[in-house]
Amino acid sequence: MPTIVVEVMPKAELLDPAGKAVAGALHRLGHVAISDVRIGKRFELHVDGEVDAALLATVEQLAADMLSNGVIEDVISVHVSGAGVAGETR
Amino acid sequence: MRIGVVTFPGSLDDRDAQRAIRLAGAEPVALWHGTHDLQGVDAIVLPGGFSYGDYLRCGAIAARSPIMAEVISAANSGMPVLGICNGFQILVEAHLLPGGLIRNDHGDFIRRDQRLRVESTDSAWTNGFTVGQEITIPLKNGEGGFIADESTLDRLEGEGLVAFRYLDVNPNGSLRDIAGLRNERGNVVGLMPHPEHAVEPGFGPNTPAAMRSGVDGLTFFTSVIKQSVLS
Repeated sequence: MPTIVVEVMPKAELLDPAGKAVAGALHRLGHVAISDVRIGKRFELHVDGEVDAALLATVEQLAADMLSNGVIEDVISVHVSGAGVAGETR
Repeated sequence: MRIGVVTFPGSLDDRDAQRAIRLAGAEPVALWHGTHDLQGVDAIVLPGGFSYGDYLRCGAIAARSPIMAEVISAANSGMPVLGICNGFQILVEAHLLPGGLIRNDHGDFIRRDQRLRVESTDSAWTNGFTVGQEITIPLKNGEGGFIADESTLDRLEGEGLVAFRYLDVNPNGSLRDIAGLRNERGNVVGLMPHPEHAVEPGFGPNTPAAMRSGVDGLTFFTSVIKQSVLS
């Protein structure tokens, strides 16, 4: 079953308080080489059947309109993943 | 006057908003997110809370619920709509007000009796105030940091669309101390503080006069009632 992956990140110029809190914890644990952490979202949309260009276009639109808010976030990636694709264990 | 209060899954202050409407002299009408029925109300309040557990983004799923199609249509036809806290987030996600609301810059949930300055009285929900009036309204949020790009902020200021600004402290990192907005037409207002929690002596914020005596929030509701009587 193919999966469409959508990745969303808070805009680079905005403060990410959640990421900042994690970075602070890492520093307290001694991981001083890690200078910053930013936390985003990964959506996995499972699809019945084939992913064609029309469906991918629809998901790209959904990623922009609903899965992200362009005022505060950027869509980083919309791509198809599935069994057998290198780097994916699903 | 009949004022609807929409209950979403996870709304918390819908009953408080209904009570505030009653105390102000109007009839509250409970509306349900899963319907398309505004029940003929004259104005709408989107209450505070954590609709859909703040999943996806605060207000994002609620903004796409069935009744919001009618709320958006009514707002675009001039019906008064007030969004309080999560309701403000829903208005922003529904594109009825600009900008966005992100996690407080200090990372903590905050609850305080917040002083505000009224910046615009040209709206259905603020016409009973005076420009520059200082009021105290309870605030409670984790994601109340208002942001927008510089050109939007300049436009909001230039067109007088900033309705309220934080005084004394900026509790959440909101740009330009913006606590609330109105739209161009003046029928839609959204703010992070909770006017419905400052409507009855004994249960409001503290004031210099007496503990829990603050009722500044009542003016939001009496404003919309007055406008409906005059129009």
